[in-house]
Amino acid sequence: MPPRRGQPLPAAEAAADTDAHQWDDDQLDDDQLDDDQWDDEDADEWDDDAAPVRRRDPLWQRLARGAGELLVTAGLIVLLFVVYEVYVTDWINGRQQSQLSDQIHDQWADTPSTPVGAEVEPAVGQPLAVLHIPRLGADWSRVVLEGTAEDELSQGPGHYIGTAMPGQLGNLALAGHRVGKGSPFLDADQLLPGDPIVVETAGAWYVYRVLGDADTGDYGTDPSGVPGQLIVTPSDVSVIAPTPGGTEATQAFLTLTTCHPKYSARQRLIVHAVLQGAGISKADEPDGPPELKG
Amino acid sequence: MYGWIWSHLPGGTASRAAIALVLVLAVAALLLFVVFPWVEPKLPFNDVTVDQ
Repeated sequence: MPPRRGQPLPAAEAAADTDAHQWDDDQLDDDQLDDDQWDDEDADEWDDDAAPVRRRDPLWQRLARGAGELLVTAGLIVLLFVVYEVYVTDWINGRQQSQLSDQIHDQWADTPSTPVGAEVEPAVGQPLAVLHIPRLGADWSRVVLEGTAEDELSQGPGHYIGTAMPGQLGNLALAGHRVGKGSPFLDADQLLPGDPIVVETAGAWYVYRVLGDADTGDYGTDPSGVPGQLIVTPSDVSVIAPTPGGTEATQAFLTLTTCHPKYSARQRLIVHAVLQGAGISKADEPDGPPELKG
Repeated sequence: MYGWIWSHLPGGTASRAAIALVLVLAVAALLLFVVFPWVEPKLPFNDVTVDQ
């Protein structure tokens, strides 16, 4: 029942009466609290109006104000979403990773140590190994899960189902988020030729080395023809083939896939590495291979 | 909208400010822990796999 200018007097008076009731409350607040900015502003508005009966703003003004408030609200929600993506998902992921770490270490403690090179693929969603990449940080480690659906990737790097297991001939292919969800592969582009990527399982350590020439930094020098780093389109599944870009399994490769460029899903950043020697039994090296000891 | 909410909150300024703060936090929590996790997988910028 908004009274508009030019309405018949009785209606305006009736509206004024109901408004006046609210107004008295506000006045009371004003009297009680002199530093009450909100009410003071309201009071000023009404004073400026200088009308004997107080009226609401015209409909179009209220609609415009409502639309403006909606837009400001939408902007705030988008900002909050950015905060969520960049910080809150990291925090949630950190908690999930520490749970997964407990879970996989419990499993390792319970199972008799498997022979080196005889890793068994777990059920989808189960932790599979622990990944250590010293180039990404001295203590950088993430629990890898089986599967590459968002359920798994939101918790940690995921193992492409059906690709090789650690230490096996073929291609151990792992996907991970670049930004948010713990950002496991945020700096995957900074891996240089020769950098170790260590995969830890129940009974063994597997040290993979990023392909290429460590001296010159050239990613493309490996005789197998597989480069240490490349950018591909999202549909290029040949990078997770048993031999990247080929078919038959010839060596034990490791492949990381993540999005590229950062904050985009236009392309994929791929890192290829190859197993150095054979796996190292945890019985021989309980504290990890020399690559992890800095 | 905000003016309407403010005018319908009970009590004086201090009480209204406290209730408004609680409302803002409740809405933020609802967005962060319910709405965003639901909407995020439907957005395109988080694909990190090559299609299988």
